[in-house]
Amino acid sequence: MSEPGQQPTNGTATYRDAVRAGIRDALIRDPRCFLMGEDVGRYGGCYAVSKGLLDEFGPERIRDTPLSESGFVGAGIGAALGGMRPIVEVMTVNFSLLCLDQILNNAATIRHMSGGQFSIPVVIRMASGAGRQLAAQHSHSLEVWYAHIPGIRVLAPATLEDAQGMLWTAIVDPDPVVIFENVMLYNMTGSLPVEVRPVDIGRAAIRRSGTDLSIVTYGGSLWKCLAAAEALAEAGIDAEVIDLRTLRPLDDETIMASVRRTRRALLVDEGWRSGSLAAEIMARIVEQCFWSLDAPLARVCSEEVPIPYPKHLEDAALPQVPAIVEAARRTMGAK
Amino acid sequence: MTGATMDKPHLTRAHARELLHQMQRIRSFEEKCAELYTQEKIRGFLHLYIGQEAVAVGVMQALEPRDGIVATYREHGHALARGLDMGRVMAEMYGKQEGSSRGRGGSMHIFDAAGRFYGGNAIVGGGLPIAVGLGLAERMRASGAVCVAFFGEGAAAEGEFHESLNLAALWRLPVLFVCENNLYAMGTALRLSESEPEIWRKAASYRIAAEAVNGMDVVAVEAAARRAVHSLREGEGPFFIECRTYRFRAHSMFDAQLYRQKAEVEEWKKRCPIRMFGDWAIAAGLLHPDEIEAIGHEVEAEVAAAVRFAEAGTWEPVADLRRDVMTPGEAS
Ligand SMILES: Cc1ncc(C[n+]2csc(CCOP(=O)(O)OP(=O)(O)O)c2C)c(N)n1
Ligand SMILES: [Mg+2]
Repeated sequence: MSEPGQQPTNGTATYRDAVRAGIRDALIRDPRCFLMGEDVGRYGGCYAVSKGLLDEFGPERIRDTPLSESGFVGAGIGAALGGMRPIVEVMTVNFSLLCLDQILNNAATIRHMSGGQFSIPVVIRMASGAGRQLAAQHSHSLEVWYAHIPGIRVLAPATLEDAQGMLWTAIVDPDPVVIFENVMLYNMTGSLPVEVRPVDIGRAAIRRSGTDLSIVTYGGSLWKCLAAAEALAEAGIDAEVIDLRTLRPLDDETIMASVRRTRRALLVDEGWRSGSLAAEIMARIVEQCFWSLDAPLARVCSEEVPIPYPKHLEDAALPQVPAIVEAARRTMGAK
Repeated sequence: MTGATMDKPHLTRAHARELLHQMQRIRSFEEKCAELYTQEKIRGFLHLYIGQEAVAVGVMQALEPRDGIVATYREHGHALARGLDMGRVMAEMYGKQEGSSRGRGGSMHIFDAAGRFYGGNAIVGGGLPIAVGLGLAERMRASGAVCVAFFGEGAAAEGEFHESLNLAALWRLPVLFVCENNLYAMGTALRLSESEPEIWRKAASYRIAAEAVNGMDVVAVEAAARRAVHSLREGEGPFFIECRTYRFRAHSMFDAQLYRQKAEVEEWKKRCPIRMFGDWAIAAGLLHPDEIEAIGHEVEAEVAAAVRFAEAGTWEPVADLRRDVMTPGEAS
């Protein structure tokens, strides 16, 4: 698998293809499944994820919607209540603020508030993240806003296998699932498993084993962390890299087991620092592993600014490999 | 109330009795709720439906068990008219686990899977997209069922209202929109919030079959709902009924009603849907005053039994607090 932004090397498929394969597989397997969202049909999806699906499945199941985020996300929730298995695509997290009401006040609450009478098996996918010079209104990383909400599951596939497999796992999940696809990953290449397998979404994955410190991350930042780990290895620091995969519920067990082994942790999160997912995980490490720690916890998050347009400023605002390396070295007490 | 609408052939003696009975059940239930609120048995927000009973009762006549219903925080009447057990609704008002939502929701969040009653939604406009989705599910499964959304005229100012009407019309979904125009959204009069106060015209602008009816006339409401549901089942796309009605009580129990004149309330009370229909049914020879009295006794007994049921109800153990956040067996 190549890093995002690199030219395809050994791979045969992109992350985009993987998501599409996951959707296609769900539509084939379950007649209750359908995809709806803005420009998912004729346009092929704003990130070309659903390209070709309209021809294969027709406009009833690849359903273009008007620009009505609250309306069609709510309709997805209603259709799920009515026995369907909708996959709702919100173009990007930036526009999901217009349907936050439906996700928070309906999808996440109805099960508990009704005394367990109703399940809402809706899957809501959205692109998130910065790095394409789209400026402040199109570069948000608000995963933590959703991860804050009880009653929904939040996934952030960082690999092709997860992008494809998590979709199916999300479909069979009886509860609402929100899936974040980092925009910088869509062009990432790799190979797709021939047979689609549902993947376990209950566990974080150790993407690189190491003994000196645990780097915990998710989504687009995973690949930066793996690159940083290689750089650290050259300096004799053996970093473990954990891909959270599921942002809610968090897999404390995998995180804590790693931190207890390495006794040091660095959190890398594209969200803004204050109130970030990194902050939550740090709190949990302190609660659960305080006596195992050999160094203060560290984190690399986005600068607390609206993400600017010029490349050099955008780069400076986001977590980057040198900053991750630097933070890891500080945590190790090295210069 | 016009003679024409009352001449509907389905208005048998039994049906007239049923209409009056259902409206009276709601009225008496809620009067008891107001009393229980002052005794602090019922807490939180309590929005009474008194004055608007003809809407829920009229519309419900046109529905079948397979049809879905979405309502607002002012939904006790709809739940009762839908056939939810009064004891379970009262227990919900108390917050007891024998309640229709295990006591989790209270007055504003009555749910019932068996009755396809999808809540009790306390976000103004928030239930409308859900109703559209339920309609979409019926359409995609060609089930022949329909979905009804009840909401206040205040929702017409929300974006979700417009998004939902457009979607339902665009996709020709079997959704009946029932706007209960009681002229006020909390303290804001319709004329102070809408540039076009004839709400049904907004629906018509989305090419939805739309009409306004006298919401104080249960028969007029029923007749409109029957026409609408018939059209929905024929696959003619959504339908919109604006019911002109009035709430006799405060918005909630915290409302001093500074925004309207007592005289206006009194004027509307003269058009009380229950008294109007009862008087008319007697004059038309459909009901005897003794029967009306009997309905009163029946309802009183039902309300008393509901209160006993709620009183005898139990509190959900704190240990169950986290139950049903996610589906059992799934991590939370
Ligand atoms: C989105 C939203 N904004 C504000 C409120 C507060 N609120 C509760 S009821 C209400 C008035 C709604 O009026 P209307 O839709 O006419 O219904 P009615 O109460 O008259 O039945 C308001 C403003 C809310 N619940 N939801
Ligand atoms: Mg109103």
